[in-house]
Amino acid sequence: MNMHLKEFIIGSIKLLFQGSKAYWAWVSTLLILIAIGIVSYYGQAANGLITTSMRDQVSWGFYIGNFTFMVGIAAAAIMLVIPAYIYNWKPIKEIVILGELLAISAIVMCLLFILVDMGHPERFWHMIPGIGKLRLGQSILAWDSLALTFYLILNFIIVSHILFRAFRIKDYSRKYVIPLILLSVPAGIAIHTITAFLYNGIAARPFWNSAILAPKFLASAFCSGPAIMIILFQVLRKTTKLQIENRAIWTLAELMAYTMFFNLFLTGAEIFKEVYSNTEHRVFTEYLYFGIEGHNKIVPFGWLAIIFDVIAFVLFLVPKTRKNFITLNIGAVLIYLGVYIEKGIGLIIPGFTPDVLGEIYEYFPSTTEILVTVGIFSTGFLIYTLMLKVAVPIILGEFNYKKAQ
Amino acid sequence: MKERKKILHPHRSIERRDFMKWMAVGTASIAGLSLLSSCDSDKREAFFQDQFKELDENELKAVLERLERGYKKEYNADIEVNATAPMDHVLFGYGLDLSKCIGCRRCVYACVEENNQSRNPEVHWIKVLEMEKDKGADLLHSDVYYNPEQVPEEGHFYMPVQCQQCKNAPCVKVCPVEATWTEPDGIVVVDYDWCLGCRNCMSACPYGARKFNWASPEIPQEEINIHTEYLGNRPRAKGVVEKCTFCIQRVRQGLYPACVEICPVGSRKFGNLLDEQSEIRTIMKNKRVFILKEELNTQPKFYYFYGT
Amino acid sequence: MPVQLNRGIILVSLVLLEITACNPFIQANQDDHISSPQHRDSVADSTKLIPVETFSSDYFPCSDCHSEIPLNPQRRELVEMHDDIVFDHDSENRWCLACHNESNRDSLVLAGGKLLGFNESYKLCGQCHGPKIRDWKLGIHGKRTGQWNGQKQYLLCVHCHDPHSPKFKKLQPMPPPRRPEDIKIDSIYEREEKDSTSP
Repeated sequence: MNMHLKEFIIGSIKLLFQGSKAYWAWVSTLLILIAIGIVSYYGQAANGLITTSMRDQVSWGFYIGNFTFMVGIAAAAIMLVIPAYIYNWKPIKEIVILGELLAISAIVMCLLFILVDMGHPERFWHMIPGIGKLRLGQSILAWDSLALTFYLILNFIIVSHILFRAFRIKDYSRKYVIPLILLSVPAGIAIHTITAFLYNGIAARPFWNSAILAPKFLASAFCSGPAIMIILFQVLRKTTKLQIENRAIWTLAELMAYTMFFNLFLTGAEIFKEVYSNTEHRVFTEYLYFGIEGHNKIVPFGWLAIIFDVIAFVLFLVPKTRKNFITLNIGAVLIYLGVYIEKGIGLIIPGFTPDVLGEIYEYFPSTTEILVTVGIFSTGFLIYTLMLKVAVPIILGEFNYKKAQ
Repeated sequence: MKERKKILHPHRSIERRDFMKWMAVGTASIAGLSLLSSCDSDKREAFFQDQFKELDENELKAVLERLERGYKKEYNADIEVNATAPMDHVLFGYGLDLSKCIGCRRCVYACVEENNQSRNPEVHWIKVLEMEKDKGADLLHSDVYYNPEQVPEEGHFYMPVQCQQCKNAPCVKVCPVEATWTEPDGIVVVDYDWCLGCRNCMSACPYGARKFNWASPEIPQEEINIHTEYLGNRPRAKGVVEKCTFCIQRVRQGLYPACVEICPVGSRKFGNLLDEQSEIRTIMKNKRVFILKEELNTQPKFYYFYGT
Repeated sequence: MPVQLNRGIILVSLVLLEITACNPFIQANQDDHISSPQHRDSVADSTKLIPVETFSSDYFPCSDCHSEIPLNPQRRELVEMHDDIVFDHDSENRWCLACHNESNRDSLVLAGGKLLGFNESYKLCGQCHGPKIRDWKLGIHGKRTGQWNGQKQYLLCVHCHDPHSPKFKKLQPMPPPRRPEDIKIDSIYEREEKDSTSP
């Protein structure tokens, strides 16, 4: 059976090496940043995690924060999937594949963030069921790793099926794809819910031990994921022949306004509960928003996240600013940054500060952590860029087995 | 030396696991592959070493011997690594008399020496918290860095905290690979050769009892305690989590933990919870004990009490 | 009064050193009072307490001097001998002869007149400190070393409490832990450099 696999691979490689100056500048910048990340990681691997700012008091930090954020991005891909495939809503349908590719890149980044956070990454095989000893009974982290892997494979199958069929100038098989897509919806919700449970289930950290955490995770993810898509769609409209209707972007933005409201509402409910009830557990919220006894390193970030979220919410809520691309893009960037700060800084660090015995260690990511994180982000961007480089021409019908020959 | 008698999962055949392990080669990281091709057999075996409870008697013997060889090379000391089985009908419990402790920290350093903790970066399994008498046992206002000329300081009392060996241990629950578990005698142990270093257990522990090796541990050669247990005080590598084991290498030989023996005021008590005559049971019968953070339902086997 | 007890802790060490010499279950050195796990198969079948012998003193036996000195039952401040003893143990109501027997100078004496050897001093303490002696006998108060399921050594009251001034004396604490801010990669590098420069 001639699957045209050879043509696909050779053609794809050719595509990757063709591009404008901007493309090459982008790719080489990413490669340089990746190289910096690798060098930094090498230092960390050689000397140990002492190169990070994490210590026994704050034993998780920036890496896990970024991991959490990226899980949200990956989960948000389903927000596009639901209307596109289930309701066959045309304006989004063409672009949903871009969301799924984003999910794949995001999951790869998640796995990288977990790997760099591990003291013994070479022992990752201990987590492979059947070979190692993945403990699915009670460990949420075990479930999370399984769910993420499953979600990665699921998205990969869906995307590669659709794209490869299109490459062979065939419609994708609804019989196979629709059930998988239906499955990817709960899977997307699952990965973020399980990731929330990872923290939520830890009674030792009252800041996380709140039932509001999982809904809040989903709400914030459904803002940050589409925020990337909105900007990406505009880039792709300009740089490729891909047609993306304004209507699709505006609909996304409107949905984001609602989810952002929900996110802010939950944040407010959480702050109210802590401040008004004024129990011992209030200290963590206090540390994030006011600082404790002069320890206030992350206070600016706590407020920035809220301010960004509120501004973006208003910009996306008012139809006039939503439909103006300048204010829309400002809003998208603010949402992205707001949620990024919320997850990267505002979730993990206050959870550990003060620590379980009341000690305050002011954690802030070290240079190594920042550079490795930059490296992982660049890796994610590179993977996404390269996948788009192949996927977009396939979507546009510019790249198929006939033209590849 | 008593060899570990119990093989907890005998149903898993060695052939299958070997096959599975070689399957792992296919998916192994570059690190794994390079280990395979370039390193000596000890390193290769270390990489593919199974979790402690999966090892049968022969495998365990080989692992212990290999570890001893490795330590000889690394520390130039004849470190014996044992895998002593837990005693039957024994469940260890600990008592700490808050009315006695004067905060001298003798226990902290006796523990470091007995259990081969890293001196640099510093790892302490015991933390002694200084508290103000008029605030009570208030963790948020406690101080671990107190350093007066003499202790106890006026108006203060002291609360040492170490692993509470919970019956319902949250650290054990969260470990994704069962690198930590509760032994039949109630000691929560870590397999340092199986631990991924993900530190989920550290975030789950409500007592700050778990410590991470942020860098390669340093132990002066002349200070190494050569009597070690696989699940206890054998020297650790960087990137793994460690914790108090009630001095498993001592208590499974019938000895008191090092902190009990060093305490100049006799505030530390230890014994078998299943033995009604034991000191710990006597304390529970005659004094009123309390456990730390009882609201978390961790059910510690570490009881604080007021002897007076 | 013969026993020289300045600090409880010093005596604890001395006593443990004494045990070391005569007891095969304990091996200790000056800094480390911890029983060694070398004797691994020596777990006793039944719990057995071994009280630690009380003291050896330069002054003992007291009768060496006191047999020559006529008894002066008058309560007074000691000036010629034993003036180093700080007496702070209900000193308003008690003095030397409340515990030391006036006729048999090598004995202690209970309130009822029964004579006691110095190695039974705890019975004397128990006269007043009833609940404490009960707790001590149960192993709640005081310190036991050795085997949790076998032979133990237990210290007597006077090992930790100077009978003349029983309040436990303050100690210098061991150093505090390092702050996380001070645990840095630099300190690790320093150590590596140190290692490479030292032969």
